[in-house]
Order: sequence, then structure tokens, then C-alpha cells
Amino acid sequence: MHGETSSPATTYPPGWRKPAWWPAVSRWQALAALISSVTVLPLLVIALSFADVNADIWAHLSEFVLPRLLANTALLLLGVGVGVLLLGVPLGWLVAVHEFPGRRVFNWALMLPLAMPAYVMAFTQIGLLDFSGVLQSWLREVWGSSAWFPPIRSRGGVVLVMSLALYPYVYLLARDAFASQGRRALEAAQSLGLSPWQGFWRVALPMARPWLIGGVSLALMEALADFGTVSIFSFDAFTTAIYKAWFAMFSLSSASQLSSLLVLLVFALIWLEQRLRGGRAYHAGRLAQPQSRLPLHGWPAALACGFASLVLLLAFVLPFGQLLVWVARVWEADLDARYIDFVWHSLALAIMAAGLVTLCALALSYAQRRDPSPTARLWVRLATLGYAVPGTVLAVGLFIPVAALDNLLIAWLGAALPEGTTAIFKGTLAVMLLAYLARFAAVGFSSVDAAMQRITRSQEETARSLGVAGFALLRRVHVPMLRGGLLTAVLMVCVDVMKEMPITLMTRPFGWDTLAVRIFEMTSEGEWERAALPAVALVLVGLLPVLLLARASSHTGAHR
Amino acid sequence: MKHALLALATLSALSAVAHAEEVVVYSARNEQLIKPLFDAYKKETGVDVKFVTGQEGPLMARLKAEGANTPADILLTVDAGNLWQAAHEGLLKPVQSKVLDANVPAHLRDPKGQWFGLSVRARTIFFNTHKVKPAQLSSYEDLADAKWKGKLCLRTSKKVYNQSLVGMMMADIGPVKTERVVRGWVDNLATDVFPDDTKMLEAIAAGQCDVGIANTYYFGRLMEKNPSLPIGIFWANQQGSGTHVNVSGAGVTRYAKNEKGAVRLIEWLSSEKAQNLYADVNMEYPVNRKVNVDPVVAKWGDFKHNYINVAKAGELQAEAVKLMDRAGYR
Repeated sequence: MHGETSSPATTYPPGWRKPAWWPAVSRWQALAALISSVTVLPLLVIALSFADVNADIWAHLSEFVLPRLLANTALLLLGVGVGVLLLGVPLGWLVAVHEFPGRRVFNWALMLPLAMPAYVMAFTQIGLLDFSGVLQSWLREVWGSSAWFPPIRSRGGVVLVMSLALYPYVYLLARDAFASQGRRALEAAQSLGLSPWQGFWRVALPMARPWLIGGVSLALMEALADFGTVSIFSFDAFTTAIYKAWFAMFSLSSASQLSSLLVLLVFALIWLEQRLRGGRAYHAGRLAQPQSRLPLHGWPAALACGFASLVLLLAFVLPFGQLLVWVARVWEADLDARYIDFVWHSLALAIMAAGLVTLCALALSYAQRRDPSPTARLWVRLATLGYAVPGTVLAVGLFIPVAALDNLLIAWLGAALPEGTTAIFKGTLAVMLLAYLARFAAVGFSSVDAAMQRITRSQEETARSLGVAGFALLRRVHVPMLRGGLLTAVLMVCVDVMKEMPITLMTRPFGWDTLAVRIFEMTSEGEWERAALPAVALVLVGLLPVLLLARASSHTGAHR
Repeated sequence: MKHALLALATLSALSAVAHAEEVVVYSARNEQLIKPLFDAYKKETGVDVKFVTGQEGPLMARLKAEGANTPADILLTVDAGNLWQAAHEGLLKPVQSKVLDANVPAHLRDPKGQWFGLSVRARTIFFNTHKVKPAQLSSYEDLADAKWKGKLCLRTSKKVYNQSLVGMMMADIGPVKTERVVRGWVDNLATDVFPDDTKMLEAIAAGQCDVGIANTYYFGRLMEKNPSLPIGIFWANQQGSGTHVNVSGAGVTRYAKNEKGAVRLIEWLSSEKAQNLYADVNMEYPVNRKVNVDPVVAKWGDFKHNYINVAKAGELQAEAVKLMDRAGYR
């Protein structure tokens, strides 16, 4: 390996002369392009829908559907963006830098809402808080009226529930950020006469920016691609219009066109953020030492504990409690030996996908570091867009080229195949894993790439001057420093894959039903109580990676 | 290259090659409703039924993308709109079967034999028994009357059941009158539309509203759990065109590898033996008239169907959606 300077390294096979029209492609760009092709291909299939524009449907949508939808989308982005920051940042700050009663439990417990699909949480929240729900019924019995109670099925309700469901992305990344900053910067700030409060605002928060942006963009992409939660709230969003065009007006092409616009919107937001970020650096002086935390006493300790408890109560304990009440009613009839298979399938898929996605995220992040050219950056960004597409649309975008490839191959191989062959690649685990990569690359990437920015060029230079280069450089210098980020990536992808439904439904091999598929079977006919059983199992299985990683990473500052 | 691919194909094809006897089903009707039937079929005939569940839209997109190389012999869905759409896209194949013609009434199957209803889902009016007397009720259209102002609850227009209901109303009384009715409904709403029928029925029971429209099996499920709820059922439009019905049903796919086996399975599903199992697991109505309805369901009384062919609901679905959007029914 050579030529690993900060300028793009362009090497060609010996004896091959570059034609004038051939763009200069570094091997890092090629790597990024290879990985992101898995995402770009379905996005292209979706964009190809513009070949068939139904003017009639578009005229209708733009007159009666789009105005409301755009206003709602803006509200969703703003509300959820602010909501997840207000919940995730203070919690990450408290847990990473302070010591207060219960901190060790909150440290892992605050990520639990991640293991519950957002629409399941939404449904339990409505069951508790709506007019016919438990709380308001009780209020009416006691006071005779619950008219003063704010309606949960409202715009505010959607924003609240989504913020509660999605804040763990920000919490996890903020915690990593604050823990990896080390105390030094804060101590320096204090020696310059800043109060701890000023230190937070003027030093810690700006230094955590890539993590916070990463977390917020994950939350917002998921909010934009969400269909389950918004439909439970009868909230008109991009996805509801997409599914209206597809399922109700039978126009998959109009649905794909709307999805393309959604992807464009996300791409524009990412580009804008990068422009604003400019060339700032976020290095830490050295690998963060396991630091001593700032002990809180008295009121501050009570407030910290109270705030964390309240969030945990609303985002996890109450909805999970409701699920348990339902499970108590149905488990005897519904729990059977097949659950062993469901759990095993969910776990196996989650672990394989998490490994693949994290590896690719590391490759993307490292490629971008070795080659900071706009081309490499573009490929890396494209790879992360799959998270913003509604799952069902992405699933179809993925399935169409795979099925087309199979059709070609079957025609080509023809008689050599066994009689009645209908599939070569489709219905294999490999396709399923690539589909998860297309969907969740963003989840792995935001965590790994934020951590990558803590590593200074001088640290790399030093290692290189000692003769460490190429893959060894990555393995011996970067990976140890990225450990926290890599573990967070594995954890988030694991849990996200377990919850994933549309891609799993579309690409699973015969008989590979998972817990998420089980939830679908129940909810598709409105049997929410019976869906509680697989949902609870999903949360419990989701706990496994959480606990394992908490143990495995007990030596890195972030996860202690 | 070719050899490597061939080896891979043979390997992966081992699982994908259908056994001659086996029938493969793509089903939008969920597992707990169909598996007991397929198990019973296997027991009786020895024929294996392999199935994959999923949402209608993606399943149809899948059939289309797979083309001639689909493993599926049967597409099973839960409403006529989707069956009509599958036929319209050329995903299904016409079937001639005396058995099916005899078992499935003409208004519950495709005139060309591309699909057949297997259970009937009735969508009618429900009311709070403390606040409303059945004599005050008559038809879906009447719920648009100003006397119900602030008293009506509806499920979202995004659910296909409401799209079918409005589509059938358009076939009945024309788009102009239908739009007036839908606008009247919207004016009468007591609260924002609900995400599902169960929540809507619970709101009626809690007194948030007096009347609403739902599928009967949601009512059945709710009452089974809590028989004391003050909700009553009223058969809509009995003086006129009849209560709106929809079907869950099945068709043979255009490229079915085992067409004969597929037809036999659908015939069996429509038979007296299977119909009770098919309909009763979800408190729906059998399509086969020789079969008695579930005793719990029978208590709700007999009613007159709307006899317009349910295919009309699919044909008019997109127009119905536009109409509801125009009328502000979310």
C-alpha cells in the first residue's frame, strides 16, 4: 500500500493507460461506490418510475394532498428534531459525565425504547391516553369529565410519541461523544473561568456536533420513513401519501415518484448540514481515558435521577407494562414451540446483518478519510440514503432487480436447471442481508464515522512514521480508538434489524418467520393484544445484545 | 462462470423447486387465519401447502417482478379491491370450475373467473345503546343528516374497507350524491378519524360518539372480550340496496406451476367442510350458502347484501379515494 496521503490516490493496473474520458477513480472511491451500489440500485429502480408519470393522480395529489402533507412534514422534522435533542442530549450528558443515584442502570436502560417498534409504542400510548383509554376513563369516573385532557391523537401527540421512541439514537451517540471528549477540554474551560454550565454550552456541545447531527438525522430519517406510527395517529405525512397512491389508487409509479422526492429532500438536508459544518475538526487529544465522573449531590442529583426516570417511565415502562398486561391475557393460547424458531431467526438475522453493516460502515468511513474528495463523499452519502425511504418501497426497489436477474439467469441456464426452478438468488439469506445493508447503512455509519472524527491526522502520521500502514494502520490505530463507535453501531443495527418488517416480509426464505413478521400477522388484522406477545419477546431478545455489549465494552469509557 | 452459476443455482434451487403435488400460496390473509385450513387440507388430501404472508401491495409487486418464474400458484387477499387490481394487472388466470360457480354466489366472484370470494365481510352501522334507538337509524346516507352533528365516529378513509364502501355507494347513487353524503359525514364527525375499527367501536362504547361504521367481526371480537359494552349492531340500507359487503378471496396466478392443485385447493376452501373453519376463525360470514354461520355471528340477525358485484369496489376505488380527499374525509 502506498500513496495514502490526504489527496486522492489514483492507481491503475500496470500496462493500462487511462483514456481521456475515464474519470480519475481512487481505490477508496471504488470501495465506497461498490458498497453504496447496494443502496443506489434500488433507489435507481424507484427513480425510474418517472418514466411513467400519471398526470391525473399528480393533479389530484397536488391539489388535495400535498399542501397538508408538506406542512405536516415540516412540523414532524422540526418537532421530532427538537424533541429527540431535548431528551437525548441531557440524558447522554448526565450519564456520560456525572455520577448520580441509578446512573449505572439508566446507562443501559435508557436505550431500551429502541427495542420496541415505534408503532407498537404509539398503539400502547393511545390505548392508555385516548378518550376511551385507561387514564381518561378513570378521570371520567372520578370527576365525571375528561374534557380538559389534551387529545393524544393530534399533531402534538405524534411529535411526543415519536420523540420518545427515537431519542435513544441521540442519547447513544451523545453519550459516546461526551465520554470520548475526556475531561481535559472541560477542565481547560474551567481553568479559563467558565462555569460548568458555560463549559457544556461552549465546549462539550460544539465538540459533540458530529454525533448529535448523526443521531438527529437517524431519528429524522426514521420519522420520515415511518408509516405505522403516523397512521395510528391519522397524521398525514409523506408515507401516508405514498401508500395512498400505491395501495388505494393502485399506482406504484406515483408512490415511487413521491418516495424519490422524499429521498431528494433528505439528501438536500444532509448536504446543507455538511455545508454548515464546513472544515471543522472534532479531534480529541488522545484516546479518552476512563474518566472519573463529576459526582452530583442533593437537588441536582435528585433532578438528574428524576428526569431520567420520567423519560424511562413514559418511553418504556408504561408501554411495556401495557404490553405485559396484554401478554398475560393471550400467552397461554398463543405461545408455542414455534417461538423458538422466531427468536432464533430474529437473532441470527440481526447478528449477521449487524456484522455486515458495521463492517461496511467502517469501510465507508475509512474510505472517506483516506480520500476526502467530493466524489468519495458523494458515494458515502448515497450509501446512507436507504434509511429515508419507506421500508415497503425500498423492499420493492430491491426485489425488482433481484427477480429480474433471476429471470435472466433462468432463461440463460435453461434446461441445465432442475425442472421447475423458479429462483436462484431471490429467497436466499444473502439477498436478505444485502437488503438490510441498503436499509441500515446509515445507522452503522453515523456511529462509526462520528467516532472516526476523534482521530487526528497526526496520530495517523505518527503510526505511519513507525512503519504501520495500510490494513495494519486501520487495525492497530483506528479500530481500538473506534471501539465505542463500532459497538454502538452493532447494537443499533442489531435492534433495528429485529424490528424491521417490510424487507423481512418481502425477502425472507419460505418459513423464515421472525418476531417482527409475527407482529405483522397480528397487527394486520388489528389484533393488538395478540401482537403484544411477539413484541415483548422482541424487547427481551433485544436486551441480549444490549447486555452483551455492555459487558464486552466495560473497558471503554462510553459504555461503562 | 456458467458452471459456477449452475452449481449455485442447483444448490439454492433445491429449496425453490416445487414438489409436483405442493401448492404455493402468497397470502395477505394472515397466518393464524389460514394455517389451520392448510393443515386440515394436508390431513385430508396429503397435499402440502406452502405459504408466504405479506401486505397485498408488495405481494402483487412481487408476483409482477417474478413474472413467469413465480413460485406462487395462488394469491389470497382480504378485499375485493385488491383482487380486482390483481386481475386488472394480469396477475391472475381465469378458471372454469362448476364447483366454484355453485359454491360462490355470482356477486362475490369475478365474472371472468379470475378470483373467487371465500368469506364475506359486512360493513354496517353500530350505535351506543344508551344514547340511540335502532328506530332512529336507517342507512349510511342518513348518517350525513344534520341530526347526527357531533355524534358520528369514522375510521380513516385510508383503509380499503371505507374506500370500498364509498366506491359501492358511487355505483349505487352516483358520484354527485355520494360526495354530498361524504361531506355530510365529515361535518358530523365527533372527533378526528380513527386508525382502526376497534378503536372506533371503543369510542362509541365510551360515549365519545353515538354512531359509527365498522366491519362486524371487529364488533364480535370486542364483545367476546367484554360482553357488557353498550354497543348495538344495525343492518344498514335494508330498505334500499342492502348492507355493503366485501370479500376475502383467492385467484390462481397467471404463471401457476400447479394450476390443477391450485384450483382444487380453492374449491376445497369454498366447500362446506372448509367454509366454517375459514369464516368462523375470524367471525366472518361464509360465502357458501349451504353453510350455517357461526352461532355468535348468527345472533346478530340476517341481513340483505348489496348485490352489486364486489368487483365494482376495485374498479371505482381510485375515484372513491379522490372523492373522499375532495370532501375532506381524511
